[in-house]
Amino acid sequence: MPEIKVTPLGAGQDVGRSCILVSIAGKNVMLDCGMHMGYNDDRRFPDFSYITQNGRLTDFLDCVIISHFHLDHCGALPYFSEMVGYDGPIYMTHPTKAICPILLEDYRKITVDKKGETNFFTSQMIKDCMKKVVAVHLHQTVQVDEELEIKAYYAGHVLGAAMFQIKVGCESVVYTGDYNMTPDRHLGAAWIDKCRPDLLITESTYATTIRDSKRCRERDFLKKVHETVERGGKVLIPVFALGRAQELCILLETFWERMNLKAPIYFSTGLTEKANHYYKLFITWTNQKIRKTFVQRNMFEFKHIKAFDRAFADNPGPMVVFATPGMLHAGQSLQIFRKWAGNEKNMVIMPGYCVQGTVGHKILSGQRKLEMEGRQILEVKMQVEYMSFSAHADAKGIMQLIRQAEPRNVLLVHGEAKKMEFLKQKIEQEFHVNCYMPANGETTTIFTNPSIPVDISLGLLKRETAIGLLPDVKKPKLMHGTLIMKDNSFRLVSPEQALKELGLAEHQLRFTCRVHIQDPRKEHETVLRVYNHLKGVLKDYSVQHLPDGSITVESILIQATAHSEDQGTKVLLVSWTYQDEELGSYLTSLLKKGLPQGTS
Amino acid sequence: FFQYCLSGHPTLPCNVLKFKSTTIMLDCGLDMTSTLNFLPLPLVQSPRLSKLPGWVLKDGSTFLDKELKECSGHVFVDSVPEFCLPETELLDLSTVDVILISNYHCMMALPYITEYTGFTGTVYATEPTVQIGRLLMEELVNSIERVPKAQSASMWKNKEVQRLLPAPLKDAVEVSMWRKCYTMPEVNAALSKIQLVGYSQKIELFGAVQVTPLSSGYALGSSNWIIQSHYEKVSYVSGSSLLTTHPQPMDQASLKNSDVLILTGLTQIPTANPDGMVGEFCSNLAMTVRNGGNVLVPCYPSGVIYDLLECLYQYIDSAGLSNVPFYFISPVANSSLEFSQIFAEWLCHNKQTKVYLPEPPFPHAELIQTNKLKHYPSIHGDFSNDFKQPCVVFTGHPSLRFGDVVHFMELWGKSSLNTVIFTEPDFSYLDALAPYQPLAMKCVYCPIDTRLNFIQVSKLLKEVQVMNFCC
Repeated sequence: MPEIKVTPLGAGQDVGRSCILVSIAGKNVMLDCGMHMGYNDDRRFPDFSYITQNGRLTDFLDCVIISHFHLDHCGALPYFSEMVGYDGPIYMTHPTKAICPILLEDYRKITVDKKGETNFFTSQMIKDCMKKVVAVHLHQTVQVDEELEIKAYYAGHVLGAAMFQIKVGCESVVYTGDYNMTPDRHLGAAWIDKCRPDLLITESTYATTIRDSKRCRERDFLKKVHETVERGGKVLIPVFALGRAQELCILLETFWERMNLKAPIYFSTGLTEKANHYYKLFITWTNQKIRKTFVQRNMFEFKHIKAFDRAFADNPGPMVVFATPGMLHAGQSLQIFRKWAGNEKNMVIMPGYCVQGTVGHKILSGQRKLEMEGRQILEVKMQVEYMSFSAHADAKGIMQLIRQAEPRNVLLVHGEAKKMEFLKQKIEQEFHVNCYMPANGETTTIFTNPSIPVDISLGLLKRETAIGLLPDVKKPKLMHGTLIMKDNSFRLVSPEQALKELGLAEHQLRFTCRVHIQDPRKEHETVLRVYNHLKGVLKDYSVQHLPDGSITVESILIQATAHSEDQGTKVLLVSWTYQDEELGSYLTSLLKKGLPQGTS
Repeated sequence: FFQYCLSGHPTLPCNVLKFKSTTIMLDCGLDMTSTLNFLPLPLVQSPRLSKLPGWVLKDGSTFLDKELKECSGHVFVDSVPEFCLPETELLDLSTVDVILISNYHCMMALPYITEYTGFTGTVYATEPTVQIGRLLMEELVNSIERVPKAQSASMWKNKEVQRLLPAPLKDAVEVSMWRKCYTMPEVNAALSKIQLVGYSQKIELFGAVQVTPLSSGYALGSSNWIIQSHYEKVSYVSGSSLLTTHPQPMDQASLKNSDVLILTGLTQIPTANPDGMVGEFCSNLAMTVRNGGNVLVPCYPSGVIYDLLECLYQYIDSAGLSNVPFYFISPVANSSLEFSQIFAEWLCHNKQTKVYLPEPPFPHAELIQTNKLKHYPSIHGDFSNDFKQPCVVFTGHPSLRFGDVVHFMELWGKSSLNTVIFTEPDFSYLDALAPYQPLAMKCVYCPIDTRLNFIQVSKLLKEVQVMNFCC
């Protein structure tokens, strides 16, 4: 049986380091190539030695697909392609291709320049890696080679995020990456057609959550920010430079405008301007409302939000600061956090998911005394709030996507094992499909039922189409023939040809049936009555009365004899071959109804 | 396999293909050359136009002098301009299953088809095609609706009367089928029937046929179409270009091994080399401005104008034109300039890489920023305050029958210092100028048509190895 094999090297029962290997019809595809925010050692990158111990990876992979620009989906890419060695194609959408190298460079700087690590990828490696990238359009069918094709669908989540369909022949897999089923202030909702893949690999970050309406969360967020600013506190919002940040900026900008607030809002790092510029140039990837109005008013030109300078953190009075990165694991957000943590008037709002091991995760799980570098203990007195603004689908959204795509199997990645278990049961109950959740390094095998092409002989095709009406391409047609399975090929030929080819003698299967008819007349008169009756009913068939007293309807033979005991009953012998089963059984049931009165 | 041709215009095709029990309309171009028979619609009362004498028949009868006016030996209809629609009698258009659009110039008849023929199918086009097509339609509707005309001439259309008229009115065909412009509600209704597609997207039609758009290299989002069943492949090549301008290059490889290749929209001026024409355009422009004259460039609000602005961007400093104002006047000027910058994925490689930096793909962003290029929705309002001469004005419509261009023709036509430069190849420039004669203004004809010429076609045909070829 043909099969699809899936092995997560990362994101198996875990969030972070997304990297999933898929083998489908002899093709090997790697989905995402991410890093893990929670580790600083070898575990931060996927273990590529699983693919091969020695030699380059190019020989073992047909292509690599990157779903979006978040580092847990593309952070290991330069390491993979330049340090381990891969020269094949890497596919991503245009916005991802534009933004990905900038985030990689940022990541490299923090790791090498700030933490002083060596043996890390260089700027040149990022550039060389990006040269291997092929940009794809939404819905474009990209032919990777003769058999393997991929197609991108809109995923929401962040600018340029895509779901990918991987197809070989009639077997297919859909990989969602991260997605969002509800439109937000700057992006649209994920969408896929009813493509019925053999397997849907979906993220499950919020597998057990059903989130209340976005409006409530937004109101809550604004209320908290407003209250803190009113009492003179400072608000820190750790974000990633691109994505949620833009949504929250739009939200605060309109709120400040409406409430006429004066407290300054800052956005850290030089990326701001640049990031907003990307949003302006790739506006076709945002939601419909922004796209429609961008000529009159570009939503990414902010009036109230200014660039942040490090010195501002010590300024007195209230302020709101968006700082990167989003999980408080390094960089400017962590610096500001350390400065402000001691004051209970201040507040930190975590708008997204935090990976285990990060400061963000620690404070969200209630830890109030943190051990920092150099054994320093940092006491957290500021308020810590969590607001789920990260654009992942919740349980409802995941179910909705499954309903849209109608997969035959579902596989969960990018989530926590316990939550996955719950969602897995729910999916199996509701959709009656198998659901898998392999751990990292564990292989899941799924059997598929591909359709098998059969060659039909031209002679048979001509003969069969000659019967009946002209073929109509919009309707199926029934055909008779013999299927020969030989030498790994399937052929449909006429029975005569099959017999000849295989050297078999023909056997005939005949059915004979007796039908009793009450008719006191002479045998030949009965025959005549039957003949006239059949001729009247079967106008389109050739009905003949033969000199020997029998009747034929096409190839079906009918003979009449008197009943040996009862001369008033005549016995009709109806005989037909297996090929004429349909007409034969019709005739018997017709004759069983008896002859109409008054036929002579 | 059957093909019907519903348009007589070589670059604005409208074909219907019957293939595997599906009926597919390929493009629906609108022939606007019919408007050349009408008097221009002036934005400001024009004494010259209103004083034109009515036309009198040879026998002296004057019953047509309200409808027909005479100008320098030519006769024009004094009425709202009308367009020549694709043929609608040849077959029942309600049976059309889908319409495939190849570029934004070839969809201008869409509202007439989708709103008046009982059409219930789907239209397929790329996103830039739809967005820019909408701008072209908006400009067209706007420029006709804002000059309401009291009379609508119809007497001249009577077959008996038409016979008596001078050429070319006498020879105009099917004048009874000519229609007034559609309205914005009709445009919106038509555009709502369009489904957006991307290059190389495979679209299944009833499981019988698969259609796929491919880049054609002619305009933003322009496409050729492959229409195939399991065993047959038809390629529809319309408005394609092998030159490197702003759009993504033409995808030739995917056309290989077609059973039938339908080819339309070839260049109408094969002798004019586009590069040479651009050079001539620049030098004529510079010469006029240096002599203190104004330059008028009648154009569409999207397309070649992007390339012209890019050339001027590189040319103006070296030619000492840095202080000359460039004006782009159209109700959709702003939208067109903004839209051009957001379709990076549909642009040539060089422009795509700019977006990765991130920088706007077209240099006209810089021309606007440095105040060298200014755009206005019309000559009324801000423009009249900012207007400085000598200057260069880009405005529509290229037929010179409606839009802001009419005003500038009336304003600048009397002085030989000024120049009008024709770059759009769709209209004969002599016919376009006829109602403005006698004219002192200089006229330069620099048609820029990047579509395939015959040499390129024969090379293309050799490369893609087609079995049959329709033209």
